[in-house]
Amino acid sequence: QEKEELIEEWQPEPLVPPVPKDHPALNYNIVSGPPTHIITVNGKECINFASFNFLGLLNNEKVKSAAQASLKKYGVGTCGPRGFYGTFDVHLELEERLAKFMRTEEAIIYSYGFATIASAIPAYSKRGDIVFVDEAACFAIQKGLQASRSNIKLFKHNDMADLERLLKEQETEDQKNPRKARVTRRFIVVEGLYMNTGDICPLPELIKLKYKYKVRIFLEESLSFGVLGEHGRGITEHFGINIDDIDLISANMENSLASIGGFCCGRSFIIDHQRLSGQGYCFSASLPPLLAAAAIEALNIMEDNPDIFQTLRAKCERIHRALQGISGLKVVGESFSPALHLQLEESCGSRENDVKLLKRVVDYCMNSGIALTQARYLEKEEKCLPPPSIRVVITVEQTEQELDKAASLLKEAAQSVLN
Amino acid sequence: MANPSAVCNGHLHHHHHQKQNNLLKSGISKKNGITKGMKKNGVSNGTLYKKTFIEHFEQAPMYVAVFTFVGFAVGTIFGYLRDFMRAWGLEKRNIAAEREQQKDFVPLYQDFENFYTRNLYLRIRDNWNRPICSVPGPQFDLMERVTDDYNWTFRFTGRTIKNVINMGSYNYLGFAETDVNALKTVTIELEKYGTGVCSTRQEMGTLDKHVELEKLVAKFLGVEDAMVFGMGFATNSMNIPALVGKGCLILSDELNHTSLVLGARLSGATIRIFKHNNMQSLEKLLRDAIIYGQPRTHRAWRKIIILVEGIYSMEGSIVRLPEIVSLKKKYKAYLYLDEAHSIGAVGATGRGVVEYFGMSPDDVDVLMGTFTKSFGAAGGYIAGRKGLVDFLRTHSHSAVYATSMCPAVAEQIIRAMKCLMGLDGTAQGLQRVRQLEKNTRYFRRKLHEMGFIIYGNDDSPVVPLLLYMPGKIGAFARRMLEKNIGVVVVGFPATPITESRARFCVSAAHTREMLDTVLNALDELGDFLHLKYSRYSKSSHPELYEESRLELED
Repeated sequence: QEKEELIEEWQPEPLVPPVPKDHPALNYNIVSGPPTHIITVNGKECINFASFNFLGLLNNEKVKSAAQASLKKYGVGTCGPRGFYGTFDVHLELEERLAKFMRTEEAIIYSYGFATIASAIPAYSKRGDIVFVDEAACFAIQKGLQASRSNIKLFKHNDMADLERLLKEQETEDQKNPRKARVTRRFIVVEGLYMNTGDICPLPELIKLKYKYKVRIFLEESLSFGVLGEHGRGITEHFGINIDDIDLISANMENSLASIGGFCCGRSFIIDHQRLSGQGYCFSASLPPLLAAAAIEALNIMEDNPDIFQTLRAKCERIHRALQGISGLKVVGESFSPALHLQLEESCGSRENDVKLLKRVVDYCMNSGIALTQARYLEKEEKCLPPPSIRVVITVEQTEQELDKAASLLKEAAQSVLN
Repeated sequence: MANPSAVCNGHLHHHHHQKQNNLLKSGISKKNGITKGMKKNGVSNGTLYKKTFIEHFEQAPMYVAVFTFVGFAVGTIFGYLRDFMRAWGLEKRNIAAEREQQKDFVPLYQDFENFYTRNLYLRIRDNWNRPICSVPGPQFDLMERVTDDYNWTFRFTGRTIKNVINMGSYNYLGFAETDVNALKTVTIELEKYGTGVCSTRQEMGTLDKHVELEKLVAKFLGVEDAMVFGMGFATNSMNIPALVGKGCLILSDELNHTSLVLGARLSGATIRIFKHNNMQSLEKLLRDAIIYGQPRTHRAWRKIIILVEGIYSMEGSIVRLPEIVSLKKKYKAYLYLDEAHSIGAVGATGRGVVEYFGMSPDDVDVLMGTFTKSFGAAGGYIAGRKGLVDFLRTHSHSAVYATSMCPAVAEQIIRAMKCLMGLDGTAQGLQRVRQLEKNTRYFRRKLHEMGFIIYGNDDSPVVPLLLYMPGKIGAFARRMLEKNIGVVVVGFPATPITESRARFCVSAAHTREMLDTVLNALDELGDFLHLKYSRYSKSSHPELYEESRLELED
């Protein structure tokens, strides 16, 4: 009858739309061998300015031998989530060491960096709660917020006046409905060192706002852990703030610690809750022990050599200065940030053309022995899409000559391509 | 006509009448006022299934349900009493508390949310998160853990309990091993590549190892192309949103894993749930969706995706793949199959449910799986047509924002897969698959004979044994540990509140002696704790069963 006809006629869309063959992401770089200081990209040897290997621990012999020892003892995988015999003594040791290093009560480990903050936020913030988040927050934070179903309020990047305005608005709302206000939790989510813009958040002002308006702060320190601060403890040490003032610090171990995974640290009151309600923790297999052992060894190295942070910062300042004044490209990021962006000073009109232009600059550099990459985003999914840019990453292993070479090569490339 | 679910001598005969399908499908008959919930595998088209599909979901006698509720009620009453005493200071507060400076902030947790955790879970908390200090093979070493204050805190005595038989880790093919020869290539790759990658797939994180692994996975599964990700959970939660969006419909099984549910919610599509493994429910939803369209506007749906798993980890049931594929073809929907537990564990050569049912991998649109369970590594994959995988390379959240897999872990998967495919020159891979099959059959048969209630398909290596009463959960796990056997028990909220269970994961590395030790211990404990609820304890004479092992006829 009619129903059968309807069923016959209905045609769904194809499961996936066809992807054009020259989509930039399909022609990705293939790296042969380890992505260390000297990297072989698409068959060509270059100096690596694209992997987030800030402290150069990717190729460290001590780290590798710790991982080998763990491999001999535990094999590779853990074959189970934390609750069902997936908790190894290395996990417990790593959590203790991280908590001690960051000088908090407790830490909890996740097996994937992206899942860390994306599981931590929905564990505390539920439907009906309010979260104030910076516009330039990274994608993992956005997914965590989406999973939490809370009310999201974006404030302009690093603009404390805008944030205060939003908080005041919320306060007037609260006064209209005090019963609801008493059960609505409020959070501010910021990053220590922003991945999309390379600058830091003004933490002392945020602390003042926290106590004035009674909001909790969640700090995401993926890029600043192991970079900022005298001993590498991150932005709280950089500003000299008592770490108990921050409710939750989340970071991933994939940048400075050259391992895989992530962790959250804070007071036991807060962290313990995630052990039963963090989805990426309870329902997923735990971190392979060899990666945990590598992270412990990397922490040892960080604790034993506190002067590498100073060295890294000096190198960042150097290249920041050297890259000023390139015609056509502007440097975006703080002078001590090891992950900078180079954006076009003037856009050509469409994002696609900007991307093509930057690709030519990157190709020029790659052909001359410096490996760079463009910062990649999912254009349709980001809330506030940053402009296209080239990502420059500084590590402790790069020598001064290499830094200078990179700077001069970029100048040349910009001259030839953009003029 | 004869009652199709006639029970003779305690055995259930499988009658196949094509005309009286509806009667068969209800499968539950009332006899003397007691429902016998033995689900039958009545199929509308007998030729879809090439071998018998036997699943059991027996319901326990009524008194069990009553006692379970009583148990929970007592726990709840004591819970309220303790909370009251704690609030009035009559009893110590052992949990961490909010900071003094933040006492006037809105409370982070509502008191009632944690009621279950504080009062019921805490009492038997020592049965979870047990730390181990050796490889999670067929036997492992547990760290001894004692509590001085009734599970509020634990401390380690420093001793280890050695050679505990492991019935809890997902080690189906026994690849969690530390044999030096087996791990030779992994050691070499770890030395060469280090541990981290420090970049995303689209930037500088695609190593030659990943390309090699993806080609191997595609070859193993018999599809055009595959893509690997660093975490199994994240594979679902980051790729489903890339495939579907607003205006699409997701039909998901009742008992799907949290990662599938999270992925479906993050995608923004409409989600409708069909009863577990119930094809009539699914067909009804499909018909309604196409006929009535989207809820308010009645516009047609953009696409319809069916999300199912290969083996469901809490039930041990296998998805009814042939029927779903025929439904999908008839109604032009897409199928997403999550083979987290079934890849490597079922099928004649370990290629998962697709091979188990003798179907071609082209029938499934999106094949997804994880490497954590059968391959002893970590990570997940998605495989299918080249167009699909190319789309995911460009649009998956993980490719753009998340770090790629560690190369040493990738090497472990490569060597395990080569072993399974026979490419390393030995027949070890096939041996493992056969051993797992034998172990599974033996274990399940023996448990049925002893009289326990076991859920799930006869061929699935995940064996849930029903405990029902909350008091028995703790007792069961602790006593098994005393006998040097490590088991996993699950209760609410992972299972329905009245159906707490112990879940065994049979492994190819378990020897017959180990399985016998476990079975003897279960026998003793079953009598001691009165766990043998089944009313259908089969006799141990297999000859009487010949007829039920015959091929289905038209």
